[in-house]
Amino acid sequence: MQDFSYRKAQSIADAVDAMRGADDGAFLAGGQTLLPTMKQRLAAPSDVVDLSGIAELTGISVSGDTVTVGAMTPHAAVAASGAVRDAIPALCDLADGIGDPQVRNIGTIGGSIANNDPAADYPAACVALGATITTDRREITADEFFTGLFETALQDDEVIVSVSFPRPQAAAYMKFPNPASRYALVGVFVARTGGGVRVAVTGAGEDGVFRAGAMEAALTSAFSPDSISDGQVGEDGLMSDMHAGADYRAHLVAVMARRAVAAAG
Amino acid sequence: MPTVNMSVNGKPASGEVEARTLLVQFLRETLRLTGTHVGCDTSQCGACVVHVNGSSVKSCTMLAVQADGAEVVTIEGLADGDSLNPMQEAFRNNHGLQCGFCTPGMVMSAMDLVNRNPGATEAEIREWLEGNICRCTGYHNIVKSIQEAAGNMGD
Ligand SMILES: Cc1cc2nc3c(=O)[nH]c(=O)nc-3n(C[C@H](O)[C@H](O)[C@H](O)COP(=O)(O)OP(=O)(O)OC[C@H]3O[C@@H](n4cnc5c(N)ncnc54)[C@H](O)[C@@H]3O)c2cc1C
Ligand code: FES
Ligand code: FES
Repeated sequence: MQDFSYRKAQSIADAVDAMRGADDGAFLAGGQTLLPTMKQRLAAPSDVVDLSGIAELTGISVSGDTVTVGAMTPHAAVAASGAVRDAIPALCDLADGIGDPQVRNIGTIGGSIANNDPAADYPAACVALGATITTDRREITADEFFTGLFETALQDDEVIVSVSFPRPQAAAYMKFPNPASRYALVGVFVARTGGGVRVAVTGAGEDGVFRAGAMEAALTSAFSPDSISDGQVGEDGLMSDMHAGADYRAHLVAVMARRAVAAAG
Repeated sequence: MPTVNMSVNGKPASGEVEARTLLVQFLRETLRLTGTHVGCDTSQCGACVVHVNGSSVKSCTMLAVQADGAEVVTIEGLADGDSLNPMQEAFRNNHGLQCGFCTPGMVMSAMDLVNRNPGATEAEIREWLEGNICRCTGYHNIVKSIQEAAGNMGD
């Protein structure tokens, strides 16, 4: 890993300032993506701005029908939260299935969505539940936030503060984990909301997480596993790599979607 | 260079480090606590697991500067002189190790599990070990060891 200058930010404003002053800076959250990437020399930031000292970025609150998770909240805290389990149990189950216990103890929701790995789990929850991402300067809907492979709507010096999830009527996430990495080979998050059914697919798309429109329409008219069929998400635009071909991923999307609908009930 | 101060196994430890120094390097190379192992460079094997402020983490995927001010416990911090802690004892009783390379991480990970979930079932133990890879034992006796220790430590 190449050396860098390290700064522990004291406040959100301090973090933004530090990033503006850096040649090629990176925010550090749990480090579970950034540090492995730096160890492989796929990233070599000149400055690392640690967000862990900013207390207001951590924590979970539920008010009315909205669950708000601070950007620095680790996956394990979401998985173990009784308040989240009461409101959106699928979110706890998703967090509990990320990586392994040590990754969950320190990896954060903010880091996960900022990174927007095409096989990450949280982007599917954000898109299917219609989450709002709050940053130091604005609110961004999940539909606008994830813009492509490892790409988001964030500006270079923009800090995610929290993610707010509206409570759905019912929801479930089903993931077919890659047996080696535990990332999603395919993951499907299904949410039944007042405004219809939303289905988000991760692990499969060449441009990262996407909504499955045909499945949403079919499930909005009849919320049953029988509404899912193989052709609704075709091979076009799906990834083919050493882990799975596009045809296999397309098939898995339907299988995971059926399971998610059955689990959501 | 940044200076770090932390408590390691109950004793104060400090040193000057490069910003890029990993916690595991600080433990092994500066403090000479070589019980914590490095088995991969992809954050997947868990040989490097230690506790930071009571939670198990991979010390190869944390900077030393991130642990500034923290309480760190390594495998060296478990035994009381010559008497092993119940988890270590259980690994010995159940033949829970062969070459021993993964063992420090297994034990530290298992300690975190039984602290959180003292009555962990066999299935929960197996799932918890997702982040700890052993190339020798086939996991069976590791799981048995943790089951025994969970029973012992729950008393
Ligand atoms: C062995 C292993 C297995 C894993 N398995 C899975 C899995 O199954 N599913 C899954 O989804 N993920 C998995 N992950 C990734 C894990 O969830 C990471 O924790 C997560 O992707 C990144 O979160 P982090 O807090 O560690 O962020 P970091 O690594 O610290 O940061 C990641 C990126 O986000 C940026 N960033 C962080 N916080 C903010 C913020 N508040 N505002 C703006 N930018 C920010 C950083 O600058 C960096 O570019 C795994 C990781 C490992 C090591
Ligand atoms: S050395 Fe392999 S996970 Fe840390
Ligand atoms: S005992 Fe050899 S790697 Fe586990």
